[in-house]
Amino acid sequence: MTESLHLWLVPLLPFAGFLLNGIFGSQLPKRLVTTIGLLAPLGSLLLVLNAAAAALITAPETCPQCGPVTASVSFPYIETFSRPWIDLGALHVDFSFVLDQLSLVMLLVVTGVGFLIHIYSVGYMGREEGYARYFSFLNLFLFFMTVLVLAGNVLLMFVGWEGVGLASYLLIGFYFSKNSAAAAGKKAFIVNRIGDFGFLIGIFLLLANFGTLTFSQIAARFLPGRAVRVVLQNGAVMLVHAPAHLPSAGILTAICLCLLLGAAGKSAQIPLYVWLPDAMEGPTPVSALIHAATMVTAGVYMIARTHWLFDNAPKALVFVGIVGAATALFAATIALVQNDIKRVLAYSTISQIGYMFLACGVAAYSAGIFHLVTHAFFKALLFLAAGSVIHAMGGEQDLRKMGGLWKKLPVTFGTMTIAVFTIAGFPPLAAFYSKDAILSAAFVHGASGRILWFIGLVTALLTSFYMFRLWYLAFFGESRGEHHHHHSTPLSMLAPLVILAAFSICGGWIGIERIAAYLAPSTGALPSAVAEANPQLEFVLSSLAVAVALIGWIIAHLLYCEKSKRPAQLAAAHPAAYQLLANKYYVDEFYGAIFVKPLLATSKYVLGWIVDFAILGGIAWLLAAIASLGGMILQRWQSGNLRSYAAWLALGAAVVLLFVLLHGTGFDFALAVRR
Amino acid sequence: MTFLHHDVPLSWYLLLSAVLFSLGIVGFLIKRNLITVFMSIELMLNAVNLSFVTFAYQWNAVKGQIFVFFVMVVSAAEAAVGLAIIIAVFRARATLSVDRIDLMKL
Repeated sequence: MTESLHLWLVPLLPFAGFLLNGIFGSQLPKRLVTTIGLLAPLGSLLLVLNAAAAALITAPETCPQCGPVTASVSFPYIETFSRPWIDLGALHVDFSFVLDQLSLVMLLVVTGVGFLIHIYSVGYMGREEGYARYFSFLNLFLFFMTVLVLAGNVLLMFVGWEGVGLASYLLIGFYFSKNSAAAAGKKAFIVNRIGDFGFLIGIFLLLANFGTLTFSQIAARFLPGRAVRVVLQNGAVMLVHAPAHLPSAGILTAICLCLLLGAAGKSAQIPLYVWLPDAMEGPTPVSALIHAATMVTAGVYMIARTHWLFDNAPKALVFVGIVGAATALFAATIALVQNDIKRVLAYSTISQIGYMFLACGVAAYSAGIFHLVTHAFFKALLFLAAGSVIHAMGGEQDLRKMGGLWKKLPVTFGTMTIAVFTIAGFPPLAAFYSKDAILSAAFVHGASGRILWFIGLVTALLTSFYMFRLWYLAFFGESRGEHHHHHSTPLSMLAPLVILAAFSICGGWIGIERIAAYLAPSTGALPSAVAEANPQLEFVLSSLAVAVALIGWIIAHLLYCEKSKRPAQLAAAHPAAYQLLANKYYVDEFYGAIFVKPLLATSKYVLGWIVDFAILGGIAWLLAAIASLGGMILQRWQSGNLRSYAAWLALGAAVVLLFVLLHGTGFDFALAVRR
Repeated sequence: MTFLHHDVPLSWYLLLSAVLFSLGIVGFLIKRNLITVFMSIELMLNAVNLSFVTFAYQWNAVKGQIFVFFVMVVSAAEAAVGLAIIIAVFRARATLSVDRIDLMKL
């Protein structure tokens, strides 16, 4: 470690942007707000790129002529603030940032995609009220997200975790004068609280069982046969291989399940996914950055970061896989019939994160991270392109009122097409590689893995179908909208689209083997079964995935390409199924009836009326009554009659005298007089 | 415990002081005329002065006698202020009956 990477600046630059725009933004000219809002993430991005350059030079094959290149930075690179954060006896927590392979990849995505979306926002939000507020919140998000990614211990990660939740809440409710936006913000915040509760319990359990919250120290406990230096009495030093002293499997499983609950909350997995579709009330670039590319994948990042826990808790790992597969399929089926362009994408996001969880569930963490990265590219692209469509349509989000846009929005159409083909999983686009990596890792993971693989394959079919449905409805056929005042799309919005489209094409070419090998030090190697799978099997699996994507496309083509009545007929033929999907399996209604209504009723009647009004109010009333009654009695003393006052005074003096005569004063008079 | 030069015991002086003080209290409590009440207060002060002087003499300590002068000075000042207040009250209310001057009530 020869040079400092100044990692601490990566979060602090956006934080400075947040403060500047948040405090002075409304007074500053718009140009300056834009400059501050863009410079902060750009600075972070450059710092991260610098770190990446410093770190990647270590690879020996980059410079065959000049011999082995000395590493300017060796992983894990740690920056710790000189003063501890919490220092309470056994509990010692530092402000420490850790850069390793995993956090570097994640940081590149967060700052890279983040910066592109900041640029896009300049065009998209240009005419909106609260421009400075928007940018300050967006910078705040980047601050917390980079803290989350860089955190060297669980507690600091939790700070970032809560912080991105806050930023998400603020940005979902950005149009706070709209009731539905305010409600969606609250819903996201409250549902995330449930997940955070699990995360917090997990942190407590970690602390109780490991005595530390630092990732590297906990991870070290899982290394088999650690060598411990023991100094003998005669001064000799002996190496003793201590057996790994681990908590019981039950406790590890409990910790993992708690962390999984936290991850499910943040990453919108069953049973806590309900907030993400509503989060689409926020501005579209926010949906792209926070609710598609970065924040919602924090759960996957957290599981990969703590993979040594999950590796040692196989039962919890199975659960991760089940949650992921179930969510992937469940959300994909809902996406089939949604008519709001952003909601389709929201369910698609939930479904794709389900894939990542599925990958973690078969211990292929690097495959999950791979898909996280490609997903960040193509899903951000999808959202930004959708935003461009919405922008051009003057705020219209209903797919049924779009159509025929390919001529009017050629760049948007082109990039959206790339994104649609990517997410559907066609080679050689990015998601083909990452999705394939996940599916093949699942396939070789024993019998349970086959089931997960099959669910993943079905989900791939559905994904392809609903994405092409969106594509056809939005861009083909005749325009179905009534009002047409197409806004032109500014360059600041088109440039990010094109860059992200390029990444969506090339993002997967690096291939799972290299990604897995690179990430292995921080996320563990791929399961041996994956590496040993024979190429023919790989080929068959890939072909199957592509075939399935093709089938999805064909079905969508048949149903939606020409203006046909088939979708309506299909819906009419199976009214129950259609209603079930269109109403999202009634999960919101179910949660409303099971949790929300009883809770509100309990709050209102038990807590509000009985506890607050009757008990607390009653006690307060009683105290007040005693005081005022006492006042009424004592008031009669205050007659204003001089003689009665004097009489009481005399009586009091007499009582004191009597007391002194009977008991003494407790004061040595003789002594006092002699002095 | 005999008093120097005279055969009057200490307790007699103290008894006289107590009687004077009690007379002052009783006068303060039962008299309605403000001036009489005022005189009762002076009586109490002088009763206390008497016991001060007595003890000062008994213990050969000059402090008690100095204290008496202080009390006299303060009571003289108090008499001046008090009489001024009494005159002001009389002018305002045309009465000196304590029972009818009850403005101190809330």
